[in-house]
Amino acid sequence: MNQDLMRHLAEILPQIQGFIYPNEVEIHWGMLIVVYPYITGVVAGAFILASLVKVFNVKEVQPLYRLSLLTALAYLLVAPMALVSHLGHPGRFYEILLTPQTSSAMAMFGFVYAWYLMAVLLLEIWFVHRTDMIAWAEEKTGVMRFVYRALALFSRDTSARGVEFDHKALKTITIIGIPSAFLLHGYVGFIFGSIKANPWWSSVLIPIVFLFSAIVSGIALVILFYMVITPLAGGKINMKCVDKAVDFLFYAVIVDFSLEVVEFIHRVYQSEEEIKILSEMLMSKLFMSLIVIQVMLGMILPLAIISVTKIFRHRFSLNEDLRKMLYFISVLLIQFGIFATRWNVVIGGQMFSKSFRGLTTYKMEFGGLEGLLFALALLMLPVVILAILLKVLPPWKEMLAEGKDGDGRAVGGELPAPGA
Amino acid sequence: MNGRRRFLRDFLALLCSGGAIGGFLKLLPGSAHAKETVRTGKWYGYGVSVDKCIGCGRCMEACKAENNVPKEPFFFRTWVERYIIRKNGETAVRTIDPGAEPVPEAALDKSILRSFFVPKLCNQCADPPCVQVCPVGATWRTEDGVVLVNEKTCIGCRYCIQACPYGARYLSPATHTADKCTFCYHRISVGQLPACVEVCPTQARIFGDLNAAASPLSRFLRMNKIHVLKPGLNTEPKVYYANLDGEVR
Repeated sequence: MNQDLMRHLAEILPQIQGFIYPNEVEIHWGMLIVVYPYITGVVAGAFILASLVKVFNVKEVQPLYRLSLLTALAYLLVAPMALVSHLGHPGRFYEILLTPQTSSAMAMFGFVYAWYLMAVLLLEIWFVHRTDMIAWAEEKTGVMRFVYRALALFSRDTSARGVEFDHKALKTITIIGIPSAFLLHGYVGFIFGSIKANPWWSSVLIPIVFLFSAIVSGIALVILFYMVITPLAGGKINMKCVDKAVDFLFYAVIVDFSLEVVEFIHRVYQSEEEIKILSEMLMSKLFMSLIVIQVMLGMILPLAIISVTKIFRHRFSLNEDLRKMLYFISVLLIQFGIFATRWNVVIGGQMFSKSFRGLTTYKMEFGGLEGLLFALALLMLPVVILAILLKVLPPWKEMLAEGKDGDGRAVGGELPAPGA
Repeated sequence: MNGRRRFLRDFLALLCSGGAIGGFLKLLPGSAHAKETVRTGKWYGYGVSVDKCIGCGRCMEACKAENNVPKEPFFFRTWVERYIIRKNGETAVRTIDPGAEPVPEAALDKSILRSFFVPKLCNQCADPPCVQVCPVGATWRTEDGVVLVNEKTCIGCRYCIQACPYGARYLSPATHTADKCTFCYHRISVGQLPACVEVCPTQARIFGDLNAAASPLSRFLRMNKIHVLKPGLNTEPKVYYANLDGEVR
């Protein structure tokens, strides 16, 4: 193990440009820490999408409601795995919960996470599915019957008063949930933003940029899942819903992009002592991941595509398949873009020396805990969990009902064109 | 609502709000309280006389031997940087390698404006950002002002490594926990000098108690113009440099 590390570091040595402090050869936060903010971002974003339905009464995106909640849960369950497995002593992770140091931003993770999981997401999902679970328990036999009973926490109340309470509870939870989702991901941004030693991270805007990029990635991913899963489940994609969701995605991308541009301009205009090394890093080490993938492919191109469908909406309103394809490409590009954003923050922040005199390099390994394979596994795991969740808590009735809300009422009326 | 109930409710509210405010205050950096307390016991500091360092690297070797620091050139509790500033304004910096052949005398190269060595080590900050960010309190500052790491509780999250502005920390490949200069705590607590100070042939490194009235360190601080590294970050370093060049970061 140690010999591998030494060999790995020795390989990096000749690639160092300029001067770095001798302890800076090793990049300490690798692929797993890139995966972590990406995953929590999806959680926060998916939840914000769900809250559009419940709090802001955007009825068109009702088919995405349950899917986005389950997506948030699937990703939230994986988030701590990335963190724990990157520790030098994964077996000691509980120390962070038992003896947290209150001055540490990282120590709050357990509490923010537990709050979000228990007080928001699980509660909301439970209230959403309570009456369904009671009904499913009636339909099923054997083990599954017991499973649904247990999942419903043995509640059997399907009276109008009970349902009424569910609705009220849901509203309250979502209202608490929005700031909580903001807290979850803003907090992840703060972990980076509060490091004064590192000018690439240290910025008040970082938590906010994280938030909006989270919203972008979450909404885009749920749209992506919806567009893939619906045909697989034998349904028809509800374009009114997708149009509306893409609308929100579009605005979120614009806000996210503007924030990043503001930060960039601010940095360049202030031009503090680290500017030389940062621009050198930007033009060499991060050129591909930041300028090409994050900005060009992950933001400008999808923005352009969605803008085209909006500007020529009369033409595109006729051709649903073309619109579907364009949306699909956009949300896929956005996913890559947001992943690149996380990469550029985490890895980029460690590639320049704190002496501002040189750059090190990041060599990703293939196998091992910090390797590519494990990271891909962690990225796929939420999809597997989501598949199981979809099996246990099927959202089909809601997802496949075209133009109808959860209770089967028609909503929205005729929409002549997307973005109208 | 009867009186007892109201009292209970108010009491609970007081506890909650007190806890919240107290927790918030603890989130703020410790600078405020650090400065106010009058220090009576020992308060260790360190002096570096830049002009005296000849770049022999014996301190680096002594440190690695004394503290079982891995010998590979990726882990250092202390190191020496060589600065070569040319007339055209270019600055070249590198970490010296004590095992390697000595470099040619800089004076022979006419394009060099000035050249010097700068020993580096953990600054044992009075307001250490590494301690602030440690999620489990495994790194802390002792009463006598030395920042230490408890390798039994460190979880190896490396947040402290990210938070250190001086690159003074590394993850020990042996213990998988954060590691750094301790001022040779095992030596200074029995009245000896840190290994690097002991072996320095030119007395470029000076160690002592900042509260002591008469000591080599207090004399050093009295006789020199002093600077610290990255003062703008408000970490209050306790490694003091005499004749530090502006190029040094």
